[in-house]
Amino acid sequence: MVRAQLATALVRTAARLSRMTGRGDGSVIGGRIGLAVEPRLLTVLARGRQVALVSGTNGKTTTTRLLTAALGPLGPVASNSYGANMPTGHTTALAQSPNAERAVLEVDEHYLRTVLAETRPRVVCLLNLSRDQLDRAMEVGMLADRWREVLGVLRQQTDLPPGEQTHVVANADDPLVTWAASAAPRVTWVAAGQRWQEDSWVCPQCGAHLKREGVDWACPGCDLRRPEPSWWLADDDTVAGPDGIRQPVTLQLPGRVNRSNAVTALAAAALFGVRPADAAPRLAEVASIAGRYATVERDGRTIRLLLAKNPAGWLEAFDMVDRVSPAGAAPPPVLLSINARVVDGLDTSWLYDVDYASLRGHRVLVTGDRRFDLAVRLEINEVPFEVVDAFTDALAAVPPGRLEVIANYTAFQDIRAELGRAN
Amino acid sequence: MPTDRSDSHLRIVWVYPDLLSTYGDRGNLHILARRAQARGIDVEMIPIAYDEPIPRGGDIYLVGGGEDRPQTLAAQRMRADGGLSAAVANGAAVLAVCAGIQLIGEYFHIDDKQIAGAGLLDLRSDRGDSRAVGELVGEVDPRLGLPLLTGFENHGGRCHLGPAANPLAKVLVGVGNDGATEGAWAGRVVGTYLHGPALSRNPALADLVLSWALDVPLSALPPIDDTWPEKLRAERLAAVLPR
Repeated sequence: MVRAQLATALVRTAARLSRMTGRGDGSVIGGRIGLAVEPRLLTVLARGRQVALVSGTNGKTTTTRLLTAALGPLGPVASNSYGANMPTGHTTALAQSPNAERAVLEVDEHYLRTVLAETRPRVVCLLNLSRDQLDRAMEVGMLADRWREVLGVLRQQTDLPPGEQTHVVANADDPLVTWAASAAPRVTWVAAGQRWQEDSWVCPQCGAHLKREGVDWACPGCDLRRPEPSWWLADDDTVAGPDGIRQPVTLQLPGRVNRSNAVTALAAAALFGVRPADAAPRLAEVASIAGRYATVERDGRTIRLLLAKNPAGWLEAFDMVDRVSPAGAAPPPVLLSINARVVDGLDTSWLYDVDYASLRGHRVLVTGDRRFDLAVRLEINEVPFEVVDAFTDALAAVPPGRLEVIANYTAFQDIRAELGRAN
Repeated sequence: MPTDRSDSHLRIVWVYPDLLSTYGDRGNLHILARRAQARGIDVEMIPIAYDEPIPRGGDIYLVGGGEDRPQTLAAQRMRADGGLSAAVANGAAVLAVCAGIQLIGEYFHIDDKQIAGAGLLDLRSDRGDSRAVGELVGEVDPRLGLPLLTGFENHGGRCHLGPAANPLAKVLVGVGNDGATEGAWAGRVVGTYLHGPALSRNPALADLVLSWALDVPLSALPPIDDTWPEKLRAERLAAVLPR
């Protein structure tokens, strides 16, 4: 244990130094150092805590934040709230909150196996699976296979007391997630929505063409079908749950997708014993997450920041763009910024999986390292656009008033830095 | 079956988008349509789901890339259907990208299984030692009269061409078929490992396919405004070509 204590102390010191020296937010470097001293540090730090994991290709960071808020009534909660979602980030998060009995950890979808084994979570939330950075990530069908394998291992937990067994909260609207999660012994199905369906036309179990009717889906070739969800959105402001629960939920976060994330958070919180009526007010307090959804005032412009990293995320972002405008005024201009650095994925092909047509009627500006890719894409999509070299040029080009910004990962971070690390 | 332009429109058939649209493949459909329309040619876009028959009267057929499972299913369906081979025999043009080039060859490999392809090009593919991921630049077969080929590749397969298929390009950057050549063409069928919206950076390749379908020389197509595709090409080529 001395080794683990030393490692934990090092994690905190390194993270503090990283922040003090401005080299980073400290969420990765500390864990990296700690794990070098004690490779089992994550296991040690997770021991004795009630852990929830959140994974999927879209909405991890937001759902993690919502669930962390929802568990607030139980006491302090450790969380990797800055999206450092690999074991180094988890290690740092746990080391920095030694007294938190609970932890909510966002997990990169490729690390589910490791983190599941090391943290022995009480709850695992599985949101969705769609195409995401194929140049460095696994094809999404393969990822679903891998998840299914990992979750099947939970069947071996029969020797554990019920309080220590892992319970999965999974999105019944996503066929790939459903297939993966149905290998687990204890699943709560939530209807968390699926706007992007291009990766789930084919049954992951038998290869037949899935039939869809409204939100329902089923495979004509085998027994895979949409499970009956026990949690869903009854309407825009109400979450429905088991035993007739009808919980009003008002979020500051925009978009239907975040209301769906709230459904998942309430279902997971209920497994920790937090009633929806106690959790819902906490969800309403969440305004932005590491700059996402943040509104920043600059030079008379009211800038809202939306992060979208893959086609499914862009569809959700368009749903959030403000369409209404004061009587007689044009809808707000929209700035799109695209980079293709390593963490973004080096390949910009996915731009063609996004239909930008809903932006017609807005003034559209494009920037980022790969603004020419975006220009070619928008021209083909018949969306008029203007190319600007930098964010500051875009700011100067639009009149005072609202500006919606949608950017992918490093483009978002660049703009956030311009705005003084907006939160 | 070259299109009779006097009484008809250009029919672009998108083969099995539900199986073969891994990454932005629809871009090629829209680019071809737009470039035809810019020349005053009416276009009909015909997506064919994999449980539908492939029509034989199309002018251009697009075959995209897919993951292993959908790719296997697509090959089986395509062979059983026979529509694509019949159309090619009638003179239709084909553009196959990414895994699509493997699909229209003689056979390809998934795991350790050999799977028969549509047999439109004299090529066979197998697994490479590593995945080829990154920018690709190639010098196109001079007989085709195209500028440098540029795009992104992401594939685990390697293609071996038989005598009846010509390499599309000589590799300058990237891997392509085998590190030396990239893609293949014969008659009016062309395949490339460039994945997704390969035509977005190669408007001249789009025009070549259009000229095949219209049965006119490439030079007969009036030029259109390519300001943004040219800026994109210049930016990408400058970023990846050795100085």
